[in-house]
Amino acid sequence: MINLDIQKTLHGSNGDMPLDIKLEIKEGDFIALAGKSGSGKTTLLRILAGLESANATVKIGDVIWQDEFTCKSVQKREIGFVFQDYALFPNMSVEQNLLFVRKDKKLAKHLLALTELSELKDRHPATLSGGQQQRVSLCRALMNRPKMLLMDEPLSALDPHMRTKLQAEILSLHKEFQTTTIMVSHDPSEIYRLANRVVMLDQGQIIQDGEPRDVLLKTNGSQKFSFEGELLDIQKVDVIYVAIISIGQQIVEVVVGENEAKNLHVGQIVRVGTKAFAPTIG
Amino acid sequence: MNLDFAPFVLSFKLAGITTIILFFISLPLSWYLSQTSSKFKPMIEAITALPIVLPPSVLGFYILWSLSYNSPIGAFFDEVLSIKLVFNFTGLVVASCFYSLPFMVQPLQGGFESINKNMLEASYISGKSKLVTLFRVALPNIKPALLSAIIITFAHTVGEFGVVLMVGGSIPDETKVASVAIYEMVEIMDYKSAHIYSAIMVAISFVVLLSVYIFNKKYMKRVGI
Repeated sequence: MINLDIQKTLHGSNGDMPLDIKLEIKEGDFIALAGKSGSGKTTLLRILAGLESANATVKIGDVIWQDEFTCKSVQKREIGFVFQDYALFPNMSVEQNLLFVRKDKKLAKHLLALTELSELKDRHPATLSGGQQQRVSLCRALMNRPKMLLMDEPLSALDPHMRTKLQAEILSLHKEFQTTTIMVSHDPSEIYRLANRVVMLDQGQIIQDGEPRDVLLKTNGSQKFSFEGELLDIQKVDVIYVAIISIGQQIVEVVVGENEAKNLHVGQIVRVGTKAFAPTIG
Repeated sequence: MNLDFAPFVLSFKLAGITTIILFFISLPLSWYLSQTSSKFKPMIEAITALPIVLPPSVLGFYILWSLSYNSPIGAFFDEVLSIKLVFNFTGLVVASCFYSLPFMVQPLQGGFESINKNMLEASYISGKSKLVTLFRVALPNIKPALLSAIIITFAHTVGEFGVVLMVGGSIPDETKVASVAIYEMVEIMDYKSAHIYSAIMVAISFVVLLSVYIFNKKYMKRVGI
């Protein structure tokens, strides 16, 4: 069991905001940390890593990382951290980036093979694509067989195709190393695919905590489809109104009544729901 | 035509020694300044930048006074260690270290500050100490800044005049560096020698700076900036 009890006052754009997180995590879990920007997700990761001070108790099994009396330094915490901007060492080759963490050639070779990077081991980070760099960063984070793997929006800078590919790799690495993983993510499909628990933060507090299915499914009552999207435009076509809504990567048109159209305004976040008796999947 | 190259040799010897000493002083100082959020940071930065704005005569006067027998520092060196610090080469080295300090500290500090903070944190997370991070991650990634700092410090020390004249005077083979020698040639109206000396200074400075810029351009290309 991993026990966290963290308090800190954050100085956000809307004044001071208390960060107050109590969590109990099963070892080996894959936790997704979701929530609006500025809700304290990154700060929480940084406190866990020991990069930022806080009034915190962090216990990993029987080992105390931080409490009132002790605070393990970031160097001694045995964590892996994957940054959104990769943060690779530009002066070292791919393989050297891994060996810098620990001189374990066998493990480095194994990790590079798992992520299909063996061919690129002598290249420098600047010559790699974003997806390749993030894979190197992931391998580097696993080089000291961390007790906890922390990832701060690791895939948000990548295109959807590369994201899906890397999600699969993250999942297989998580299973192989059996590391407790905490990942900040905004992407529901990513969370659903990877995590077995979602913790949603808002204003420094946990507002939802549960299985991805329960937290992410937005249908209610007899609705079977429900999507959140941004209202881009409302057009009047003869006697009806057509709302154009952007959902995920797609644009859809929905017919709305005159009264509804009057109450909607462009730019609003809306939810589109319907019953689906005989949907087709093709 | 019998040219005496001793002043050039002296200039480059002075610049070389000053650069080496300043590198070791400035490395911890600039690393500290780039990483700290202490409220004393502006104070330290202002003090290290002073030699840029002070007239060399002011700087030279204070250095001369503090290194001479009249001040406690000068007296201590003279009486306890039997080292005289004025009107000799050792004094010039001390004076040059003050005079050229900002030219070493500022490029290094700028370089360190431009490093992606996450990269340094990634090194700490990998279990590496601040010292290991400095030498294996920070320094190798600021090569252009490092080169600029070393070259500019060297060149600036070769080019110093006022402070050297105040603290060292013009003793042949001891404190008569190239810039002082040129000044004296002009004073005795030996324009021919002054021309040759000056042309040599211009040529050397130009070649040095040109190589720095060429290296930096190649380096930027290689790391993909």
